[in-house]
Amino acid sequence: MPEYRWPEMSQRRVMGKRLSRLDGPIKASGRAKFSQDINRPGMLFGAVLASPYAHARVTSIDISAAEKTKGVTAVKVTSPAGTEIQWAGTEIAAVAAATEEIARDAVRKIKVDYEVLPHVVDESDIQKAGNRVKAAGEQVTGDPDQAFKDADVVSEGFYGCPVLTHCCQETHGQVIQWQGEKIEFWSTTQAVSDIGPDLARNLKIPAENIHVMQEHIGGAFGSKFASDRWGAEAAILSKSSGGKPVKLHLERNLEQMIAGNRPSAWMRAKLGAKKDGTLIAWQSQSWATGGVGGGGMPPIPYVYTNIPNRRLNHSAVSTNAGGARAWRAPNHPQASFLTASAMDDMAAKLQMDPIEFFSKNAGYSARPETYRRQLVKAAEMIEWKKRWHPRGEAGAGPLKRGLGVGFGTWGGAGHASQCRTVIHADGSVEVELGSQDLGTGTRTIISMVAAESLGLPIQAVKLNIGDNRYPRSGSSGGSTTVGGVSSSTRKSTLNALEKLFELVAPALGAPAGELEAVGGKIQVKGNPAKSLTWRAACQKLGGKTISEMGVNDPKLAPKEGLNMGGVGGVQIADVEVDVETGVVKLKKLVAVHDCGLIINPKTAESQVYGAIIMSICGALYEERILCGVTGRMLNADMEFYKLAGAGDIGEIVCHLEIDPENDKRGVVGLGEPPVVPTMGAIANAVANAIGVRVPTVPLTSDKVLAALEGRNA
Amino acid sequence: MQAFEYASPATLQEAIALLGPKWGEAAVLAGGTDLISLMKDYVDTPKRVVNIKGIKELGGISKAAAGLRIGALVTFDEMLASADLKLYPAILAAVRGVSSPQIRNMGTVGGDLCQRPRCWYFRGGFGLLARHEGKNLVEDGDNRYHAIFGDGPARFVSASSLGPPLIALGARITVAGPAGNRTVTAEKFFVSPKSDSDREIAIKPNEIVTEITVPAAGRNATYEVRQREALDWPLATASVALRMKGSSVASARIVLGHVAPTPWVAAAAEKFLAGKSLTQDVAEEAGKTAAADAKALSGNAYKVQLAKVAVKRALLAAAKA
Repeated sequence: MPEYRWPEMSQRRVMGKRLSRLDGPIKASGRAKFSQDINRPGMLFGAVLASPYAHARVTSIDISAAEKTKGVTAVKVTSPAGTEIQWAGTEIAAVAAATEEIARDAVRKIKVDYEVLPHVVDESDIQKAGNRVKAAGEQVTGDPDQAFKDADVVSEGFYGCPVLTHCCQETHGQVIQWQGEKIEFWSTTQAVSDIGPDLARNLKIPAENIHVMQEHIGGAFGSKFASDRWGAEAAILSKSSGGKPVKLHLERNLEQMIAGNRPSAWMRAKLGAKKDGTLIAWQSQSWATGGVGGGGMPPIPYVYTNIPNRRLNHSAVSTNAGGARAWRAPNHPQASFLTASAMDDMAAKLQMDPIEFFSKNAGYSARPETYRRQLVKAAEMIEWKKRWHPRGEAGAGPLKRGLGVGFGTWGGAGHASQCRTVIHADGSVEVELGSQDLGTGTRTIISMVAAESLGLPIQAVKLNIGDNRYPRSGSSGGSTTVGGVSSSTRKSTLNALEKLFELVAPALGAPAGELEAVGGKIQVKGNPAKSLTWRAACQKLGGKTISEMGVNDPKLAPKEGLNMGGVGGVQIADVEVDVETGVVKLKKLVAVHDCGLIINPKTAESQVYGAIIMSICGALYEERILCGVTGRMLNADMEFYKLAGAGDIGEIVCHLEIDPENDKRGVVGLGEPPVVPTMGAIANAVANAIGVRVPTVPLTSDKVLAALEGRNA
Repeated sequence: MQAFEYASPATLQEAIALLGPKWGEAAVLAGGTDLISLMKDYVDTPKRVVNIKGIKELGGISKAAAGLRIGALVTFDEMLASADLKLYPAILAAVRGVSSPQIRNMGTVGGDLCQRPRCWYFRGGFGLLARHEGKNLVEDGDNRYHAIFGDGPARFVSASSLGPPLIALGARITVAGPAGNRTVTAEKFFVSPKSDSDREIAIKPNEIVTEITVPAAGRNATYEVRQREALDWPLATASVALRMKGSSVASARIVLGHVAPTPWVAAAAEKFLAGKSLTQDVAEEAGKTAAADAKALSGNAYKVQLAKVAVKRALLAAAKA
């Protein structure tokens, strides 16, 4: 059995290179095929009728006019009379028709009567949420009452962030064909290997009858693990339409309403510290909503977990809104924002430099040395010593600059993954995994690992992913993909290579263990004179092929050392606030992130940029707005659901701690960690600039002006 | 989108003949940046769509005796590229504020003037006045982007980017209908509807905006307060046009945008400025005067401050121009 370690940093030929992603050109030129680009012969179009009410009971539904419409092949009622609707946008019925136009017209012919019931859609004021509040029970550590008596300084505050949606560029949905026993499923999923069994459960058919395909996906961020109700609805429409394929993707408004969201998080906190800046007490009452099921419990105090005396109370609030789903680092951005804001207010009250304060208390975290090192580095990158000023001392004039710190942590060890490497007699190589590339560069890094192991150029490896007929590989969640697929690919390629070594060893007159694959050749280690070209070596297979698996088992991975989890990160934001208009501009943001072995620094940095941009949106622009009167989402579009554009993101400088020490940890996921610290960093920078805390994000003009005028809630 | 009949006439007369006497029967298609989304949302369900892009006389920018003539089909990008518009920074700033290259490329002058409000209740199908089951959705619901001026029942804000600068500059709008052409001042073009069946512009269902005429201008400027650089509606804007007498203001036009169902003429501030030198303090006081009769709703008090600042900054920009 080969030794499954990574090559030494200095010995790598492909890994570690700043390669552009392999699917960049086809994506940039529009040739990449997404689920919505799939068109099949005889394909029908599906459309969904959704409830306009946030809370209602369906009293009657009449689909006859829709059914009679020429071109309509099937109508499926998903919420029959008697169904209690718990959020606006709930699917009532779905239609399949020959064209998209007919389907949409037919949906409008369905007559539904509702008994409208009272709704609750706003949880930001917990006092008004009444019986929708469910307390999780108090957690007390140490003696918080005594600690607050012992504290020299006590800081109190209210902080919050609203519900966000995932805003996937490609909305959820599928093209699906249920013909006879078999289902062909062109999905939008972050779980190519797992979504089939999920759909099979919903349809009560064997999972092996479902063939899942997905070449490319336009974003998921945690919202695309399941096959969803519309997956089953579309499948049934297909079956009811004589097995013709059905294309059904959510329209943007439904995408925003029902395809997942990030829970809100609100907190009243009281912190106690000694004069020297040592935190000794934390007390918080927090609440959140993730829709009708409640949900969302930010782990606070975040990172500074071990503040010795703590009293925590958290409540879940049930609201009549679409359900929450995992959203890039579930609960962490909220917890980070709440904790960083409350701590920054304490630093201001102590009249202490926040860098010093966060560093001084880093002993309460799981990785004090990491955070201290990162605080120093980030401070240096933003020229903190030269540019920082105490809160509110930003000088004259309406434009105030300020700096603020945020921090985060994440796991990111590899998921369970299987990879098959096939070497053919003509020298071609196929690497196969039932994985998916969410746009993160997974395709590129798998190919790089395979090319590295086999001593081949990256173009010589044909990578097959995005199909559940390939070996099972985990869902892409929790930043687990890169660790999982790189480890299984490394093992699979080394296993295949070992078979090839055994085959050619006699010809090279050396034992298999003495061979290496370098520069497109199989040679005796360190002796290019005794070599065979890759092609010549493979020709010895005759009519056979080599086909070898490689498996990453998360239980065994820590021992093997190919991947690992557990990282920290620090970001510092530099903002400019116009105190006459309340408009905030992010000028610059520096991000220092812990990492493991980086396979491709370019795609890794892209992950950091993407994550930070996502959280700039949450800090400055983005929120789900529900109307208290109608219960409907007012900004279920990309017009008033505001995201940052290129002119809004400022300069982002990313520093990944790539060094031999970190490299030894193996591969660690990076998709989520950098999304965590940004909101806190920006909110703290705004407080530093204008002298007062704007308690809730997004930091929009109305809130900034209210804070400046002392009109805070 | 409801199915519709499509016509693409070559002449203005044909186009007018294709429009009916009732709203909602036919719709005029130019850039389509607003119409298509209205139709997709079933807010507008015309039986006939009349594409006017093929009507040559509606294009072009030219100098005329009465000022600069800008055809209704001129796009935002064409305005930005026009040397003739350099004397109208108030217009150019508003055009640049349409911060989407796609909309600047497709969107037209006529379309900007005739576009429907962006009020989320209007777009959600609750009508211009946003009434629902006896409730006033704007007052009782979320009104962060709604009006702070106006006495009428409508509380949406006019979405027009060009309305405020055109009013400030004294522009006239030419409209063609079955009876021929007529001209209205830009100020009279915008109206606050009294009922859901009214419109927010003084135009009949079978009339088409053909061109605008902007007279020669003195100092002028527009300032927009906006949340984002990316495509975003301004939170408040002010356009000003000044006639100077030496170093003091002989007369001023001050028109606010995105704060009322129409572009909002700040008459008291105009009066206040007459005869004054434009100092920082005077500009600030003019801003306060402009916002003096603002009436905030539950969630938009901040816009009163933004209106003041927009006026102040527009005046100071014009003074420097």
